[in-house]
Amino acid sequence: MSASGTVEGEVASREPHAPEATLGRHADYLHAKSTLRSWFLTTDHKRIAILYLASITAFFVIGAVAAGVVRLALIVPNGAIMTNDTYNKAFTIHGVVMVWFFLIPSIPATFGNFLIPLMIGAKDLAFPKLNLTSWYIFMGGALFTMVSVVLGGVDTGWTFYAPLSTAFSNSWVLPALIGVTIVGFSSILTGLNFVVTIHTMRAPGMTWFKLPIFVWAHYATSLIFLLATPVITTALILLIMERAFHIGVFDPAYGGDPVLFQHLFWFYSHPAVYIMVLPGMGVISEIVPAFAQKKLFGYRFVAYASIGLASVTFFVWGHHMFVNGQSDLASLAFSVLSFAVAVPSAVKVYNWTATIHKGRLRLDTPMLYAMGYIGLFVLGGLTGLYLATLAVNQHVHATYFVVAHFHYIMVGGTVLAFLGGLHFWWPKFTGRMYVEAWGRISAVLIFIGFNVTFFPQFILGYLGMPRRYATYPPEFQLLNILSSAGATILAAGYLFPMLYLVYSLWFGRKAPANPWDAKGLEWETASPPPTHNFLGDPQVPKIPYDYPIQAQEARSQHG
Amino acid sequence: MTPHHSALELWPAAVSAKAVETDYLILAFTVLTLALTVPVFLAITWFALRYRDGQEADREPSGIRSNLVEISWMLIPFALTLIFFAWGARLFVHSKNPPPDAMVIEAIGRQWMWKFQHPTGQSEINDLHVPINQPVKLRIISQDVIHALYLPAVRMQVAAIPGRYTELWFKADRAGTYHLYCSEYCGTDHSLMEGRITFMEPGDYQEWLTHGGAQQSGPAAGLAVYNAYGCGTCHNADSQIRAPRLAGLYGREVKLADGTTRVADDTYLREKILNPNGNRLAEGYKQIMPSYAGKVPDDDLTRLINYLKSDMRAAAGAPAAQGSTQGSAQGATP
Repeated sequence: MSASGTVEGEVASREPHAPEATLGRHADYLHAKSTLRSWFLTTDHKRIAILYLASITAFFVIGAVAAGVVRLALIVPNGAIMTNDTYNKAFTIHGVVMVWFFLIPSIPATFGNFLIPLMIGAKDLAFPKLNLTSWYIFMGGALFTMVSVVLGGVDTGWTFYAPLSTAFSNSWVLPALIGVTIVGFSSILTGLNFVVTIHTMRAPGMTWFKLPIFVWAHYATSLIFLLATPVITTALILLIMERAFHIGVFDPAYGGDPVLFQHLFWFYSHPAVYIMVLPGMGVISEIVPAFAQKKLFGYRFVAYASIGLASVTFFVWGHHMFVNGQSDLASLAFSVLSFAVAVPSAVKVYNWTATIHKGRLRLDTPMLYAMGYIGLFVLGGLTGLYLATLAVNQHVHATYFVVAHFHYIMVGGTVLAFLGGLHFWWPKFTGRMYVEAWGRISAVLIFIGFNVTFFPQFILGYLGMPRRYATYPPEFQLLNILSSAGATILAAGYLFPMLYLVYSLWFGRKAPANPWDAKGLEWETASPPPTHNFLGDPQVPKIPYDYPIQAQEARSQHG
Repeated sequence: MTPHHSALELWPAAVSAKAVETDYLILAFTVLTLALTVPVFLAITWFALRYRDGQEADREPSGIRSNLVEISWMLIPFALTLIFFAWGARLFVHSKNPPPDAMVIEAIGRQWMWKFQHPTGQSEINDLHVPINQPVKLRIISQDVIHALYLPAVRMQVAAIPGRYTELWFKADRAGTYHLYCSEYCGTDHSLMEGRITFMEPGDYQEWLTHGGAQQSGPAAGLAVYNAYGCGTCHNADSQIRAPRLAGLYGREVKLADGTTRVADDTYLREKILNPNGNRLAEGYKQIMPSYAGKVPDDDLTRLINYLKSDMRAAAGAPAAQGSTQGSAQGATP
């Protein structure tokens, strides 16, 4: 924990700007030391979060470029722009990079890492060195996978279904698989670190029902990391062995069962949806009360719903396999359980809406993202129910309807929450304010661009256009062009924040400790915080979300 | 008979009772969805305007008890959506249990073509003809990776899995020609593993079976076979491997490695594919082509030879498949 301990004398001379007045002689975590070594060997959870932020942003750019290639190819129906192999590799890279190297680590590894200790009033995570190890494992695995891209690419899809991946693909499958397997260990260690931290490192007085929903959401996410990731690790190792040595687990040519791989894959990959979604819900549950200046409606229900979602999500993996040779009985059970998982999700949406009711609303950038999030997440969630309906699934399974659905969840849910949270906590991370007007413009651009890109895909899917098609019947061209046009708006919306946020690092207005009048311990310390987070002992408030406007129930439940 | 579609179609054709009912289900579900979400969207917009900072508004707590509200907005929507679970499940179970008198068509998927075998023995590649007003059951298997047979017009699909049979049945009630697809990603030419399904009056179907229609041996089917067995990997003009080009081969005199010459007729081509080397090796080439004896069934062999005979033109006016296999399925009209 001491690698980045403050050495004030040395630092003061290099300061481009003086630290927050409230810090006095204490340097903030960004300026405590500025050597490369002090970054790459840091054990400060805040610096590790920044390392993750830089890494996942890079992977997001790679994934987004691949998406651009896919949308470019689909402007014409006959595959004239690129070969089928190039197209297949582009959507595979897009999926692999976005799912494994952006969406899964995105909010937990950056915001979770940075904020959980601050929110619970701790100096760091329980295992700071393990935290740094997690980042190195993540980078090692991800770069291993990128080697396969440099060598010539992978064409299996991010799902790696056997026996295509084990016996038939002539692309660089092995390095991709090994890299993804390695990254899994990073998830497991991060989950372990969060669980232990939340159990053991809370400040005196910070009881479970005073924890922000963000922390509840990350606790639930960490349980999924711990319980589900080992299953995909096992499945991927078996897949590697199958491809390298034909051990005969998944390939029927050697006595294996290809459907078994799908069971193992989705046993992790469905809960993984909630690894991506729950932290986003946590972010929104912080933003909405702050910008409504009102206590979160139904705090306890939302907290329980987080744990409920994390539990039920383990029992719905079979809804990916209704038409894949699974027994009818299993399909019926997985269908009804999938309906059940929508319940705790719906609770949260209604609760955010009720929080806005009779609040004092400010429509700043984080709130615009949060409102966009609610809209897109609702649409994504409800189309998930369509897909959980067996007879409908028989039609739209593996079509663009599915592609649209999960982009509404992944982009509408995770990415919008990520961007909302990034703007919300940017002053805390960096000590600088971004230009508000630019933030609002980008939030609106992304919302419009996203809908123009993905709404037409619901229609394409119902019309019967299969996904992962390099060529397609000409009658689908108009909707595909519309979708590609939307993608350019979306790309502009993504590019813009990267520019003005970086700009703000040097030219942004200095941020006060609490620019939004938000509640929560992270706002009690300076922006950016000192290396050990708090100069004194943080004072835990009597109730969570202690905002000026409170519904009656708040006092009766917590008063 | 090619599928006819306008440039912008907003609802797919439905040719079976299951398809029609699936559409009703999704429409009804959409009505419920709108009933559950439009109020939320309107409320958020309304609250955002009404309770904006700086606006005069009543912000006194409403005194609504949280628990009751919470439980009701959890359970009422859940109960309503369960109606659709039940409806979807009933339709699904029905669609998974074919009537015993269903006509059985065998379907085989392989990279990258579909082969269908009718009960009377005729087979077709990528295209499928079926009678209407009669239950038809497809027994499906894959020879290599996982594929999936998707028939949007009857709102059905099911995976084709290596080493295991799956089933898909339907009873169409309207004649017409529609798309059929592979919907499980299966490698390079996944998107070319598509064709057409033609629903026919039973009389027309019988006519088609007996009068030549079913003897599908046109060059389009031949091209699919050519691609599926990977012939182009070596024989296409852009191939890295040195092998003779095949366009214009049929009917020509071929010099063989042993110094003799032969005319490339049907018999020669057939022998050459089944047992390519030995005394049939072409002059100037190495013995690298594997034997396809026992690998290419007889009907596919006929299709392949017809394709070579046609100077490798899959469709009138289409360029010969000398280069890549791109776009070949698009203009395929037998």
